[in-house]
Parts: sequence; C-alpha cells; structure tokens
Amino acid sequence: MRKLLSRFRYHILIFFAVIGPGFITAVVDNDSGGIYTYSAAGAKYGYLPLWTLLPITFVLIIAQEMCSRMGAVTGKGLSDLIREEFGLRITFLMMALLVLVNLTNVMAEFAGVASSLELFHVSRYVSVPLSAVAVWFLVVKGNYRSVEKIFLFSCVLYVTYIISGFLVKPDWKEAAIYSVKPVMLLDAGYIYMLIGMVGTTIAPWMQFYLQSAVVEKGVTAKEYAASRIEVVVGCIMTNVIAFFIIVACAGAIYRVAPKDIQDAKEAALALKPFGQYAFLLFSAGLFNASIFAACILPLSTAYSVCEGLGFEAGVNRSLREAPIFYFLYTALIVAGAGVVLIPDFPLVRMILLSQVLNGVLLPLVLIFMVILINKSDLMGEWVNSRWFNLATWATVIVMIGLTLAQVGIAVRGTP
Amino acid sequence: MAENLLFFTELLGMPVLDLKGRRIGRVKDAALVPLLDSSRIDRFLVTGGLTWLTIRYDQIRSISLEKGLSLSDEVLTPYHDDEYMMRIGRDLLDQQIIDVTGRKVVRVNDVTMEVRTDGARDSLIVLEVDVGLRSILRRLLQGALPPRWIRRLQRRIPPNSIRWEFANVIEPDPLRRLRLNISYEKLEGIHPADLADIVEELSPAEREAIFETIDSEVAADTLSEVESPKMQASILEALEPEKAADIVEEMAPDEAADILSELETETSEGILEEMDSEPKTEVRELLEFEEDSAGGLMNTEFVSLHENASVNDAMAALKGNEDLLDGLNTLFLIDSEERLIAAIPLARLFPAAGEAKLRSLAAETLIQARVDQPQDRIFALFDKYNLLTLPVVDEDGKLAGVITADDVISLLRQK
Repeated sequence: MRKLLSRFRYHILIFFAVIGPGFITAVVDNDSGGIYTYSAAGAKYGYLPLWTLLPITFVLIIAQEMCSRMGAVTGKGLSDLIREEFGLRITFLMMALLVLVNLTNVMAEFAGVASSLELFHVSRYVSVPLSAVAVWFLVVKGNYRSVEKIFLFSCVLYVTYIISGFLVKPDWKEAAIYSVKPVMLLDAGYIYMLIGMVGTTIAPWMQFYLQSAVVEKGVTAKEYAASRIEVVVGCIMTNVIAFFIIVACAGAIYRVAPKDIQDAKEAALALKPFGQYAFLLFSAGLFNASIFAACILPLSTAYSVCEGLGFEAGVNRSLREAPIFYFLYTALIVAGAGVVLIPDFPLVRMILLSQVLNGVLLPLVLIFMVILINKSDLMGEWVNSRWFNLATWATVIVMIGLTLAQVGIAVRGTP
Repeated sequence: MAENLLFFTELLGMPVLDLKGRRIGRVKDAALVPLLDSSRIDRFLVTGGLTWLTIRYDQIRSISLEKGLSLSDEVLTPYHDDEYMMRIGRDLLDQQIIDVTGRKVVRVNDVTMEVRTDGARDSLIVLEVDVGLRSILRRLLQGALPPRWIRRLQRRIPPNSIRWEFANVIEPDPLRRLRLNISYEKLEGIHPADLADIVEELSPAEREAIFETIDSEVAADTLSEVESPKMQASILEALEPEKAADIVEEMAPDEAADILSELETETSEGILEEMDSEPKTEVRELLEFEEDSAGGLMNTEFVSLHENASVNDAMAALKGNEDLLDGLNTLFLIDSEERLIAAIPLARLFPAAGEAKLRSLAAETLIQARVDQPQDRIFALFDKYNLLTLPVVDEDGKLAGVITADDVISLLRQK
C-alpha cells in the first residue's frame, strides 16, 4: 500500500513537473487577434458558429500533441530538427517568414494593449511604451522558471471571460444546442468567418514555442504521458474560453442587433449595458491576452531563429555571448510597439499581409512536422501510428486548404 | 596559403573529370574514415548516371575550384553505405558539435578544407569547422553566384571557425562511436561547470552518451554542476546502474542523496545496490531526512576530533583526510559520546603551538542546527552569523553532518 502511495505521489509530481508549456501555448492562442475573431463571430452570427469549436479543439490537439511529443522524445526544438533534417536554406527561408509573420503579430498584440487600456482612459502614448519596456525587462531580467509562473498566472486570468460570459446572461439552452449542431449558411460572410476561426487556430510560432518549451522544461519520453494530458487539457480550456467569448458577444450584441464589429474594443463596449463588471472583465481580459502574447511572441521568435541558424540564444546568456538573440528580441518589441504609435500606420494592411505570409509558412511547418514525426531514427517507437497519421494528414490538408482560402480572401478583399 | 583552401559547399556539385577530361559526374558528398586518418578526406561520393560512385583519395590527380576533380584512375566502385565512414554532408553539416576550446555547443554551417599537393596528387584535409554569419552567407549563396564572387563578398565578414582537432562530434550510438573513432576525452579537460553548461544544451541521448564515456570523477563533478535537479535525475536514470553508481560514489554524499531522492524508488535502489558499502551507508542515512530540513541539506564530509586533542593531533587528522581539504574550513570537537562540543576555525591552527589544546582555540559561541530544523531557519543562521560551515546534530546532540555555504548559496539562487 505504501509503495502504491509513493508511486501515486511520484506520478502527481511528474504531472506538476511537466505542466506549463502545453497550457501556455494553447491559451496564448486566444491572443488579441483570436479574441477579435471570436467576438466578431458571436456579434454577427450569435450562437451559430459554436459548433466549429469542437473540430477546432480536435485540430489543435493533433498539432500540439505532435510538437510536444517531438520535444519530449528528441530533446530538440522544432527549428533544430528542421535544420538538421532539411538543411540551412529551407531553415533560413522559414525563419525569415517566421520573423515577418510574428512581427505583424507583435504589432497586433501591442495594438490590443493600446485599445484595451484606452477603454480605461489610458493614452496609448503612455500604455504602449510602458508595456514594451515592462515586457522587455520581464523576460530579460527574470529567469525562465519565474517567468513561466507569471505566464501560468496569466492563463488563470482568462477566467475573466468566463465570468463576463455569465454576467451577460446568454441563452444557455441555445448555446448548448448550437455547440453540437453544425449549421452551414450559404453566405460569403459566414463562410469567411468560419475560415477565419479555424485559420487562427494553429499559428506557426506556437509549434516552435511549444516544442522548445517542452525541451526547456526537460520533459522526457518517460514523462510524456503526463505531458500529453496537459496538452489536451490546455487545448480544451482554450476553446472553453473561446466558447464564452462567443456566447458573451452573442448575448450582448447579436441578441440586441447583429452587426459587424471592427475590433475587440467594440465588443467590450457593447457589454457595458450588462453592468460595469462585465465590461471591466472583458477589457481586462483583452489587456491580459495582448500583453501575454506580446511577451511570448518576440521571445519565441528570437529563440527559434537562433536555434535554427545556430546562434547562441537564451536570456541566461549575456549580450556579448548572444548578440543576435538580443538584437532580434529587442527589435521585434521596438518595431511591434513603435508602429502602434505612428499615426495613420496601415496596421490593418499589415495584418492582412501577415495572414498571407502565414498561409505560406503554415503548410510548410505542418508538412515538415508530419515528415519529422514519422522518421523512426528520430522518434524510435514514438512515430505516428497509422491511424494517427491518417488523422494528422487529414488535419494538415484541411488546415492548408482553409489557410489558403483565408489568404485568397485576404488578397481579394473581404466579401 | 589562402589559395589552397576549399570550402565543403564549393566541393559539393563540383564536376569530376576522367583521364580524358570528360565529365563523368558531380560531387555529392565527401567522407572521412577516422580510423584511417582523422582529417584527410578518404572518399568522394559522385553521381554517375543512376547510381552513386565512390572515389578513393588516391584515385585523384588534382582538385581545383575552377576545373573540379580530375581523376588519375577511372576504376570506380559503386557507393554502398559503410559504417566506418563519416560523411561530411550527411553527418556533420547542420549538426551540432562541441567546440572544446570555446566550451560551447555550435552548429556546423560549413567545413573548410585545404588542398594539399604531394607531388603526384592533391588531397583534401579538413582544417576547420565553420560557424557564424560568414558561413551562413556562403551556404545561402552557393549555386546562386559563382564561387569566386561569394569568396569576395564574404571577405568583409570576420570568419568564425573551430579547428578540427577541437571540434568534438556527438554520436549517441556507442557502436558507431567506436567505428568513427569518436571519444570524449577532450571534454574531460573542460571545467565541470562549463561542461555542465554544454551538456544542458544537448538532447537527452547525447547527454547520456557523454556521461557514459567520460571518467566517473569528471562525470560526478559535472553532474553536480548541472542546474536543474530534474535533469540530474534523468541523466542518472538513463545510465546503466553500474555506471550511475560509479558516478554517485564520486559525488559528495549530500548531493548524491539529493539526486537519488529525485528518482523513482526502484531506480535509486538499483543504483544504491551497485555502490560500494561505505559511501552507500552514508548516502542511505542522508536519504532518510526530509529534503528541505537541515538533515537533507547536510553532508557528512567533516573532520571531528576528541575534545582533548591537540593541534598536532589535528594536523595528523588532516593528513589522513586529504581529499576533504579543498573545502574544509572548520574542525569539530566531540566528546566520547560523539556529542558536539566546539567548533574550531581552521586558520586558528596556524599561529598555535603544536601542543596547544584545540579546546583553547574554539570559537566563542557554538552555533549548531538540529537535523529536523527547516531550511529557512538554516538560511537565517548563515546570514546572521556569517557562517561558512554549520554543524548539524541529531536528537542526542551527536554530530551528524555539516552544511556548507556553497550549498546554501546554490539553494538560494534556485529560489
């Protein structure tokens, strides 16, 4: 009995030892862009789009699971593996795309910081520089373990969306029905919105970040079972939050008068009639999500690039030892925050461009992932099983199709 | 001199000409056979129609950037994979190696070779492994621009290379390591703290390979410098119990106990079984204590003498404990029941006469801790009394071990 207890204790310990990467990556998926997408879906179509969350969760789990498995088994980051198996040129191309895509993402995050704090009457000329400096210092001066704790705490703050969802008092019965009942409308706007929802689900940087974080955490193949649980729980939680965002906007905006909203700020304002708290929580959630992603994106980009191209990386290195790492990290923050302060900067155009680049990069990343995870000299007994491969390829093809559709629409203009 | 250099990227794709100057194929890869010669390229792999052909080094007449490889013997054999061959393109390019002089892990971008002419024929000697921007540029542009242009372009960028003798290839497979004549002896000269930093950057399999082959004493010092307890545990876990036991025996008992307590009971028992009886009992005793109590922090490496002993006795005792001298700064006096009586700062022995009683040299107040006292209390004692070494006693007042400042510092840093 005692032995059994000690075994049990050991497994619990393992679970807490691996917790972090999967959760954080999945939750950051709901960044300012994600929140906008879900808010817009709820505002215009009410509960109808809820059914997509189930397949989205599935797709997210498939992709995340592969990366955390590769990290645990090989002990190497995704950009390391791509470099070792596909060579320098391809890695360089991918890293160049990754930097561009992530730069526009960082811009979007700082724009989210600006607009969420403007809801609290803080000027963006104050909030954005301050947040940029804070983000820079947090990561450079803190050590990874304490930073990870702050990130996990940030994940908990997403609960604000769940509460504001309740405060709006939506129609739960309808929400429940449409969560499992697929509805297709032959309406260009609706289809575009669905594509947008799925398209924002998997971002290339997430795969790089997750795998590096799993490696950094020192998760081994033996502990991988616990890590897998974490990934699955994280993905489910992320979509639960998405559910509440859609439901809140459906209850607050769609029920009153369905409309197109331009940004997440508008969604927050629409919550005002449902009480100060609903509004405050939604706005605070937006700020949290934006600044959280603004911390992780530049860091993860600088890491991936340096890993892949073989430069020294890591915040535990000095500026002298890892100049390129610090240069990239700082440049991403400065440029990302800087453009938000430029009046009339074509931010929307930049974000559209980022979607196009994303559409080029994501298929590459996903295909490389599937190829890598099927290499038995890398993965040994941990290669994909045949059924898993089938599901993976299906996911990859669907994701590529949807992303390309999104690119097509982005290039031709929203219908 | 500089004219005789050839980069591996330039060799790739170089035309191969037969005796009559007709092109028979292009170079695809080049290989060393380290058991024969550690730096001379032994074979060139060439495409000839559908199959790959092997050219031995003594079948080549001349090698030049303009003209390519000219043969002196046309009887070529088809290529077959040979386990004694280290292929530059496949096994070295884009992989990680250890830079022994720079004490870090680097990624290979290119390889610099020298064309050495000895009368009748040219051979290629591997000189350096290239890392850094210059070689990245070369890799990216190769094939897009003529080699001469690239050489001119790269001149502005300072080279960043590692001499081949100081580049240590990492190979997890022990059999292959033998066949490729790879050893980690060079690593044993690196300071354990630096070696730990290197090891932390590698994947678990590579880490294991290094610990498996280096000298147990170096391995023990390195293992105790590895920062994360989790990684320490997984390194030990991956090793054969005999090797793990050899390493643990070389460690300070308190550190050994700390690491073993991180392992699953079965694994740590397996390692303890393999250990010699004396260190085994010490470690086992330490394992009984709670990790964050004085008992868990202490080690049993101290020198104690009877309360009536003289300075001469102390000198004799020190001569008998030479392996402890490096870290020793305090002696302890015990009575015939082994109870702690006094602590003597080591430096007080020097001015004292040989016959003087140690009692008379004792520190004025005796600061001590009990085995069950919590960690925080211990830190407070160290801070308040500026201690270097704190004696720990059991329930009966018997001296059980000592806690040293270096253990306290590393624990505080982890917080």
